[in-house]
Amino acid sequence: MALLTLSSPHTRGTNRTSRIMATVALATLPGLAVMTWLFGYGTLINTALAIVTALLSEAIVLKMRRYPVSFFLKDNTALVTGLLLGLALPPLAPWWITVFATAFSIVFAKQIYGGIGNNPFNPAMVGYALVLISFPVQMTTNWAISFQVSGQDVASFSDTLSMIFASAPGMADAYTGATPLDQYKHLIGQQTSEQVLQASTFNGWLNGGWEWVNLAFLAGGLFLLARKIITWHIPISMLVALAVCSLVLGWDADAYTPVTLHMLSGATMLGAFFIATDPVSASTTPTGKIIYGAGIGILVYLIRTWGAYPDAVAFAVLLMNFTAPFIDAYTQPRSYGHKKAKRGLKSGDQ
Amino acid sequence: MATKSYSDISLDGLWKNNPALVQLLGLCPLLAVTGSVVNALGLGLATLMVLVGSNAAVSLIRNHVSDAVRLPAFVMIIASFVTVTELTMQAFTYELYEVLGIFIPLIVTNCAILGRADAFACKNPILPSVVDGVMMAIGFAVVLVMLGALREVTGQGVIFGNMDLLFGPVAADWKIVLFNDYPDFLFAILPPGAFVGMGLIIAFKNIIDDRLDKAAAAKAAPVEKGSKRVRVTVE
Repeated sequence: MALLTLSSPHTRGTNRTSRIMATVALATLPGLAVMTWLFGYGTLINTALAIVTALLSEAIVLKMRRYPVSFFLKDNTALVTGLLLGLALPPLAPWWITVFATAFSIVFAKQIYGGIGNNPFNPAMVGYALVLISFPVQMTTNWAISFQVSGQDVASFSDTLSMIFASAPGMADAYTGATPLDQYKHLIGQQTSEQVLQASTFNGWLNGGWEWVNLAFLAGGLFLLARKIITWHIPISMLVALAVCSLVLGWDADAYTPVTLHMLSGATMLGAFFIATDPVSASTTPTGKIIYGAGIGILVYLIRTWGAYPDAVAFAVLLMNFTAPFIDAYTQPRSYGHKKAKRGLKSGDQ
Repeated sequence: MATKSYSDISLDGLWKNNPALVQLLGLCPLLAVTGSVVNALGLGLATLMVLVGSNAAVSLIRNHVSDAVRLPAFVMIIASFVTVTELTMQAFTYELYEVLGIFIPLIVTNCAILGRADAFACKNPILPSVVDGVMMAIGFAVVLVMLGALREVTGQGVIFGNMDLLFGPVAADWKIVLFNDYPDFLFAILPPGAFVGMGLIIAFKNIIDDRLDKAAAAKAAPVEKGSKRVRVTVE
């Protein structure tokens, strides 16, 4: 028998970018499945469209920059960017919104800064924020409502296709409505909490299906934690900060959105486990991650409560992306066997 | 000092030392009012008036004002010309003046103008200074109009809208609708779009410069024709 002579290392670790990103993609599947179950095929179509766009635009830019295309496509980062955007965008958003947001996030937010590992901002959230401020009408009126709320079956696959690609006029009205966060925020000044929750959007005391979406993303996030793809610091500090803010500042449900709605509605769990934990644009030190996550939680609460937008994960994450290098500079841990790390920035530092 | 030739001055203002693309001066009005071609052109012309006037005036007084007080003197001169421009615009293009609003008086703080006064006009005779002012202002205005066109097309899907604000009723139907049913792309209309557009234009200029440099380098060192003996053995 032939004896092979191989040099060490003999065991291969699983910590490769492509594997990590594939695991992240896998962990979003429960959320994707629940969104499809509740809101129809819109999310599925958007996600597929966004992934194709992300891979295509990444390939084109890599080609233009004369980089090896297949090597970089195989790291799956573009796939995850597209996937997260597809999940974040309104399920019945017109196709060009998805394509535009995804292409912008890959080309402008990622590749122009130097590609993988060099982007200061979370690419998916840059794309999301771009279409959110640019096309407010399309981004607010295309939120599908769950079949529990509408009391009818979700739109058939072909109907969903024609709503997304042909934007059949009037057709989407039957399947879309205000999101719970939006509805609560707008009505709570005029009505009591009890009256607001009567609206069908909330489907009783629950959040109109959004609680299942968030629980599914929570499950996916716990899977990522168990696989040690992410650490607990960012999601836990973000969720704790959001919960504390809504309990302390917004304890009065007749005046502010209650904590259950904050935690289990909108993009809270998706943001906490999948978006805020982006390894490139987030803070990297243990203490820094806690500050970074808490910052996102506080900003989400502030913007949701006093800002113009009903949900705020994209803006909160982008704002904290600005601060991440600064936080990192002040939270360098002591490495084992060395003196205390030099902290802070002095003029002349790189 | 040796005065530059007029063609060098022109090339500097229009391309090599363009105030908007290379010196990156006067970015505040550049980014703020370039939402459409007409706004950009209006501000470009106003800046042209001020820059030419201030360069000429600064050049005239250059031997009579001491270095210590030159900056206040320059600012006074620039402010006077801005006031003249502002009153002129109020008289002839009142609606455009209303649209541009605070950015007309703010031309005073446009560093490109003070920069030219200090870097060029106060060291050169009047004619080169005027040429420098014209060329710098045209270079600035061209970038303004390019950015305005870019943002008008991507933002609203039209170009040359509302040109009658500047050119009178003749221009009322100059507007060209490029895309029907275009959903307004607010990002391009808002200031962030100006940053991205500006970045793209600068990148485009750098590409052209790069190509020109390479072409010049290739020209300077022509490839030797014929075979050349290369020693391959080691002594």
